[in-house]
Amino acid sequence: MSEQEWNIDGVREIVLGLKDKPGALLPILHAIQDRLGYVPPDSVPLIAGELNLSRAEVHGVISFYHYFRETPPGRNTIYLCRAEACQAMGSDALEAHAKQRLGIGYHENTADGQFSLEPVYCLGNCACSPSIMVGKDVHGRVSPERFDEIIEATKAKP
Amino acid sequence: MIKVYIPRDSSALGLGAEQVAEAVQAEAGRRQANITLVRNGSRGLYWLEPMVEVETPAGRVAYGPVSSSDVASLFDAGFLEGKPHALSQGLTAEIPYLKNQERLTFSRVGITDPVSLEDYISHEGYRGLRRALTLEPSVIVDEVTESGLRGRGGAAFPTGIKWRTVLNAPSEQKYIVCNADEGDSGTFSDRMVMECDPFVLIEGMTIAGLAVGATQGYIYLRCEYPHAHVALNEAIAAAEQGGYLGDNLLGTGKSFRLEVRLGAGAYVCGEETSLLESLEGKRGLVRYKPPLPAIEGLFGKPTVINNVISLASVPIILDKGGAFYRDFGMGRSRGTLPIQLAGNLKYPGLVEKAFGVTLREILYDFGGGSASGRPIRAVQVGGPLGAYLPESQFDTPLDYEAFAAIWAVLGHGGVVAFDDTIDMSKMARYGMEFCAEESCGKCTPCRIGSTRGVEVIDKIRAGEDRDRNVALLRDLSETMLAGSLCALGGMTPYPVLSALNHFPEDFGVTAAEKVA
Repeated sequence: MSEQEWNIDGVREIVLGLKDKPGALLPILHAIQDRLGYVPPDSVPLIAGELNLSRAEVHGVISFYHYFRETPPGRNTIYLCRAEACQAMGSDALEAHAKQRLGIGYHENTADGQFSLEPVYCLGNCACSPSIMVGKDVHGRVSPERFDEIIEATKAKP
Repeated sequence: MIKVYIPRDSSALGLGAEQVAEAVQAEAGRRQANITLVRNGSRGLYWLEPMVEVETPAGRVAYGPVSSSDVASLFDAGFLEGKPHALSQGLTAEIPYLKNQERLTFSRVGITDPVSLEDYISHEGYRGLRRALTLEPSVIVDEVTESGLRGRGGAAFPTGIKWRTVLNAPSEQKYIVCNADEGDSGTFSDRMVMECDPFVLIEGMTIAGLAVGATQGYIYLRCEYPHAHVALNEAIAAAEQGGYLGDNLLGTGKSFRLEVRLGAGAYVCGEETSLLESLEGKRGLVRYKPPLPAIEGLFGKPTVINNVISLASVPIILDKGGAFYRDFGMGRSRGTLPIQLAGNLKYPGLVEKAFGVTLREILYDFGGGSASGRPIRAVQVGGPLGAYLPESQFDTPLDYEAFAAIWAVLGHGGVVAFDDTIDMSKMARYGMEFCAEESCGKCTPCRIGSTRGVEVIDKIRAGEDRDRNVALLRDLSETMLAGSLCALGGMTPYPVLSALNHFPEDFGVTAAEKVA
């Protein structure tokens, strides 16, 4: 990971802006990931220093939570629900289709950098299963055909 | 000016509500129809979403499910006057699914504009807080105790007793924490409250603050709910603006401040002590109890930590009195439960009913049976840690004690139906796999037991030394039940063993072997 891929001043600004909140670490990590799409491992010393934590403590928090990631995601992250209500409505088949269509497994990015695929355990859309979320947009009753339409529409977005 | 309602609820949006709203606006412009478009919450009749409602002199008329390509024909048919159309559902209030509910906590959901303070107040909002501001803290707690309200997150601990403990704990600083980490599969009632009527949660937390002497509240929201995040922040800003939050509540000099914090995809953070660790900026490791959070909670201070539905039920209790709420329900389960119908059902959605309705009534009278048309074979109630129930148990009433008596849990009221194509040994394996994925790692039965559980179930499914492995799975489940630190490891055996006990044939075990 080269230093040039993310702007240390931007990260410092986020950390300084939030560090005085009680329990500041999660809000800081969210803000960094919102800005950069991931939490760069070489930003950990800066975060740890400002919060007076050890680097191990900060790394421990990043690695504990499924949502935080230490590598850049694709342009769009697809979260596919694996939980029971979606299983009852065919999410296993949707999962197989999604992996085949995108040519990747979970926690991977497509070669063209367009998509990342992540498993998720419930999107609260259980009355409209099976569900996926693309970025922050939830989609319900997603058949394999509908999945392909969503992928194409997402790609077409500027 | 004709009012047209199209939901902003995330499930409705996920089915195209935004496109429908755009099409309605455009078509109204083309036809020079004078409409006001209100983005309401969902009524919870999800098979009809996106559901469009029009206000008429007789009441609101519903159309659904509407896609953007239906919009022109709706205008042609005269839907702005509530006239018939193939998608017409008649008067919304008369739809049996809705009419046969007892909506107390959800009384405004789908009716109001979720982020309009004015709309909230004109629909009986903030009456509970106004009353609470005139009462002694102890009297507020008495009212909640009197209502019989028990924690709706799943543990069903009496809310009034929890509040009393915090009220009696001496401290300069106390906290109200809302557990909005609704991670259970098949549950979405918290999401609906936060997206469709966020003020009711804000009001409930404010009342809790007055009751125990806390001036700061946090809503710990799962990051999988971005729409709820937006709605909560908009509503908090409006409440601050209106003097319903801040340092001088309605001019009384009392203060309560509220902040939303986001989780980061860890199921275990729905466990209350793990949630508190996470709020403090740490890994979500479960704490030993005691001390109870009511004595030493967030940042070591006395803390009320309640689920969204528990807190959202408080305003109506303060407004109408504890006795009003207590008069709904059965046995020791008082009031109503927002039941979430999900999975393989024809009519999935939100059904708020007084405790005591049977699972069969919920599945068939409301849910309409399976979506696939095949028989319903198994139902998981209470999330991923809840037991699977076979058809022979469908007459169990929804009541905490009745469920406990059949070794099942009501939990947060999620009901997920499966038809007869389901392989229950696969679901048992998934139960262990989920526990392994989400374990915080602090205690051994959960951390190691779940992984060993996946392996043992794989052997059983492969027919490898089946009798011995079934005995081993039962023994392992006993250890997890008795030896885990929290409900994650401690309840994973519920789905696993209920699947094995009720559906032994899916494990290659005959019923006779099961008895032996």
